[in-house]
Amino acid sequence: MSVETPAKPRLKTSAMIASIAAEGQRTISAPFGHALAELAAKKPEIVGMSADLAKYTDLHIFREAHPDRFYQMGMAEQLLMMAGAGMAREGFQPWLTTYAVFATRRAYDFLCLAIAEEGLDVKVACALPGLTTGYGPSHQASEDIAILRGMPELTIVDPCDAIDIQQAVQPISDHKGPVYMRLLRGKVPAVLDEYDYTFELGKAKMLREGADVLFISSGLMTMRALEAADALRADKVEAAVLHCPTIKPLDEATIRAAVAAKPGRLVVVAENHSVIGGLGEAVAASLLGSGTVPSGFRQIGLPDRFLDAGALPTLHDRYGISTEQVVARTLDWLDA
Amino acid sequence: MSLSASPSTPTASDTNMPLAELSRRAYHIRRHALKMGQVQGQGYVGQALGIADVLAVAYFRALNLRPAEPEWEGRDRFLLSIGHYAIALYAALIEAGVIPLEELETYGSDDSRLPMSGMASYTPGMEISGGSLGQGLGIAVGMGLGLKRKGTGQFVYNLLSDGELGEGSTWEAAASAAHWKLDNLIAVVDFNNQQADGPSTQVLGMGDIAAKFEAFGWHAQFVDGNDMEALVAAFDTARELDDPRPRVIVAQTLMGQGVPFLETREKTHFIRVDEDEWDKAIEVLDTGFAAAAA
Ligand SMILES: Cc1ncc(C[n+]2csc(CCOP(=O)(O)OP(=O)(O)O)c2C)c(N)n1
Ligand SMILES: [Mg+2]
Repeated sequence: MSVETPAKPRLKTSAMIASIAAEGQRTISAPFGHALAELAAKKPEIVGMSADLAKYTDLHIFREAHPDRFYQMGMAEQLLMMAGAGMAREGFQPWLTTYAVFATRRAYDFLCLAIAEEGLDVKVACALPGLTTGYGPSHQASEDIAILRGMPELTIVDPCDAIDIQQAVQPISDHKGPVYMRLLRGKVPAVLDEYDYTFELGKAKMLREGADVLFISSGLMTMRALEAADALRADKVEAAVLHCPTIKPLDEATIRAAVAAKPGRLVVVAENHSVIGGLGEAVAASLLGSGTVPSGFRQIGLPDRFLDAGALPTLHDRYGISTEQVVARTLDWLDA
Repeated sequence: MSLSASPSTPTASDTNMPLAELSRRAYHIRRHALKMGQVQGQGYVGQALGIADVLAVAYFRALNLRPAEPEWEGRDRFLLSIGHYAIALYAALIEAGVIPLEELETYGSDDSRLPMSGMASYTPGMEISGGSLGQGLGIAVGMGLGLKRKGTGQFVYNLLSDGELGEGSTWEAAASAAHWKLDNLIAVVDFNNQQADGPSTQVLGMGDIAAKFEAFGWHAQFVDGNDMEALVAAFDTARELDDPRPRVIVAQTLMGQGVPFLETREKTHFIRVDEDEWDKAIEVLDTGFAAAAA
């Protein structure tokens, strides 16, 4: 008998820029950059500012369309926030871009005091939210929402896909006040146009109904929840998906109503974020506080630890946020 | 060809290391970096090729180290704040014998000790976790103070980038180092005139970098970071100088140095190398070194 040596597995990469699109998935290129450039053509008050990451946050599309309205602030995130505050004070609407880790960790005080405490009309759009890079903790914003949820006045948005991002830019701009937007950049999957859906700031939307499980999700985990809901059918499990792109203020009425409508459903909150301080805890507090108690409540999110470096698919599996893991864990919970 | 990576002597460096030997080490560092880039089909090789001469002087002339004992208490500390330069430091650590040559094959792969961004928890010889840029110089201040408290006479080095000069934290550290008269702190700035969105001089013009450090109370030297003789003189001066000020060497480097077709390629933060170009890059590096050595 001949022993076949398995082909050497393709080496995985812990590169900074990794695509979250699955093989063959339909994508749209730089949805944020194009949407902002288009909106800016109608709104002369919009300016773009970046901390040496225009190219990596799709703001270069805006820069190409409106070169005289783009400000390169250098790799200086604290300055980015302060200068954004100054621009807003002079009547402009600055859109600031960097990576989520640097806006939230390094520049927190500046975003908090210079911008939010004054209620200034500044938009902060940040790439690499949650676990969307394999580069290690320096670039993985596993707790950006936890950091920011405690900041009064700040609106927090976690769009699902390219469609969500395209639709969110205008309402975010029309809302007067500081907004933090989690950004998917580069070639971004497009899925929500297959559903009866439009983005509304502050609103959660039911994307599909199902009797056994209710996924409440935000960001790219809505994509995963939708895929999981499809896959769960094979096990005769019907799953609903409530997409909750605005994390703060939370659409508590819609969430409670969805849970109260079928209290027998297992509620699974899925987010691309630490299980601490994100959507899961916000939903739990809202439900418990209003006496809306589902038959079961579970969280799918990142563990409370510094995450590994590695290839994104490996890490999403390892930490339980890949579609396969969402399916497997949900089935386990239903069995238990 | 084979490279003998592990020196048999317990210390890799020698304060009298001759120029020709340093050039050979720099060539090996470049070669290891290209090999790692080839493993993943990507990597910050432009930066690695540019900074290889600095690392050769640091690891084979300036730093007091024991490759077999990377945590030896008596070592000089070398802090890499630019996590994305990890590929360059891995190459130097391989050449110094801290990391085995074979491990280069695992670069950037799942569960490797050599992730794409440098982190202390993963790699022997990596003193700090870099990547969130602008933290290295401040940590060096604390280590400089700590080493002085212990009175054991080591140096702490920080390799930082021109992009990091944009961070306010770098200048908080610069002011503090001068205030505390940290003559045991040696900063090396890689002035490659590149950062993520373009040339550093256009992204955030810093003017005369050496003069800025001088104004902050530092002893500053500006050198051609790809001129081995100039680098040796600058490192020797920084170490031997009788002067209470912290020292900075602003090293002007050329991204892609040693591989002519990368030297002239359009400069970007992440220089593109096509799949079929890796072997060619190594080949021209080899011939270039052979010609220079002849
Ligand atoms: C605090 C922080 N802000 C932003 C980044 C994203 N980033 C990674 S490398 C880089 C460019 C930094 O300049 P430099 O190190 O000089 O770049 P290079 O010479 O390698 O092109 C940026 C902005 C970061 N890693 N850390
Ligand atoms: Mg640079």
